[in-house]
Amino acid sequence: MPRQLRGTLQDLHTTQLLHLINLAKKTGSLKLFEGVATGKDIIMGDGETKRPEVVPGAERARIVFREGKLVYAQLTERDNHLATILHKANKLNDQQYRVIRERAASATDKALALLLINANYVSQVDIMQSIQQHTLEIVYDLMTWTREPFIFEEGEMPPNGRITVPIELENVIIQGTLRMRELDQLAKELPNLDFALRFPEAPGEKLKKIQLGVEEWRVVSFINPKNSIRQIAKACNMTDMQIRKIVYGLLNAGLVELVKPQEAPSKSQIRRADSKPNITPPQRPVITKLIDRIKNL
Amino acid sequence: MATTTVKMVITGPYASGKTEFIRSISEIDVVSTEKEVTPDTYEATIKPETTVAMDFGRITIDDELVLYLFGTPGQRRFDFMWEILAEGMLGFVVMVDSTKPETFREAKAILETFRAYAPTPYVVAANKQDMDDAWPAEDLRIALRIEDNVKLLPCVAKDKDKVKAVLLELLYSILEEMDT
Repeated sequence: MPRQLRGTLQDLHTTQLLHLINLAKKTGSLKLFEGVATGKDIIMGDGETKRPEVVPGAERARIVFREGKLVYAQLTERDNHLATILHKANKLNDQQYRVIRERAASATDKALALLLINANYVSQVDIMQSIQQHTLEIVYDLMTWTREPFIFEEGEMPPNGRITVPIELENVIIQGTLRMRELDQLAKELPNLDFALRFPEAPGEKLKKIQLGVEEWRVVSFINPKNSIRQIAKACNMTDMQIRKIVYGLLNAGLVELVKPQEAPSKSQIRRADSKPNITPPQRPVITKLIDRIKNL
Repeated sequence: MATTTVKMVITGPYASGKTEFIRSISEIDVVSTEKEVTPDTYEATIKPETTVAMDFGRITIDDELVLYLFGTPGQRRFDFMWEILAEGMLGFVVMVDSTKPETFREAKAILETFRAYAPTPYVVAANKQDMDDAWPAEDLRIALRIEDNVKLLPCVAKDKDKVKAVLLELLYSILEEMDT
């Protein structure tokens, strides 16, 4: 029976999963889902910390591997049609794209690729490179996700008719690690998402001179010393990485200020790290006796 | 003649199966310092009782030699006990609940802590391998970043033969360590 690996990206990051799939040369689909809170808490390995239990909801992304190589990726919310991929890669112009979408809407990617190559619209290399670029963009995007539940379905391949392009995972992992460093750096700059934000004394002038994107404006609309950054992220449906990037940008531009939260309580117990016990090495006959006894239990 | 006692420590995250492991092999009823988890809490649905100080099992080898098995408390607030339990151990077993990825990080942290306490041999037991949603042992190795030279063994803590296999592998590692 095909096996499943289940978990959440909070416990194992995408980069770690790719590392596992690469080393174990796995074949199958890694699916990432929207997290649906069950209303219960789960207890972490320290037996004390709790966090809300989330179970997989709607599928948000899928990446597929064959013998440890990345071969396919799709985001549910993104148009993954081959024509769209080629248009985005500037291999099809607007008119070609429109016509193809109208006339070949139901064609599979493989059928469409053959059609386009035969019509000399694109070459096979164009198609492979565009799909590779599309796949990598999705995977790099997934590397910034931090909370979603995942299931790895051993043996499951992409839907019929999709084109697969094998990509070695090593470089993808290196790139992902670099992005994680960026995340770490942001986490250092903004260590505590329980901080609130406020506007400085005269924000109006600064806000007039700067051009904010839609996402930044959404965040700005929630800025209030009563709202923590975490609450704003929740209200805007953003991941920690996304909110950190935006808040970091706003802070650097001098558009907002952090409002310091109350001091966290100091840790009551500090483990003794420097006292190591003296150990008397056991004698070999003792170990042999133990082995014989346990074998016969 | 005086009796020699030796000990091994069974450690791992909360609810990873340490108490069950010792119960399966101990010749005495495990001297368990378990306490009922407050009813009506989520903890109670996972584990009705939890080890608050340590578990203690025994295997008599002969008239002169006794092996004690000590299980560490899983909850971090009792981690001051760990170093005391680690003193003089022959080796240790790190239990990992293969069905709970949310505990993998803690398992790795506990492993590193015990390694820092004493340079004794150890093995990792991938417990609950009888469950459908268990991560395979070799996938756990990669996820936990456990070196290839460390034994990572599939385990079912309630199965005496599996527990014996884990303890024997630890003892073989101790012998190998003596030979080097």
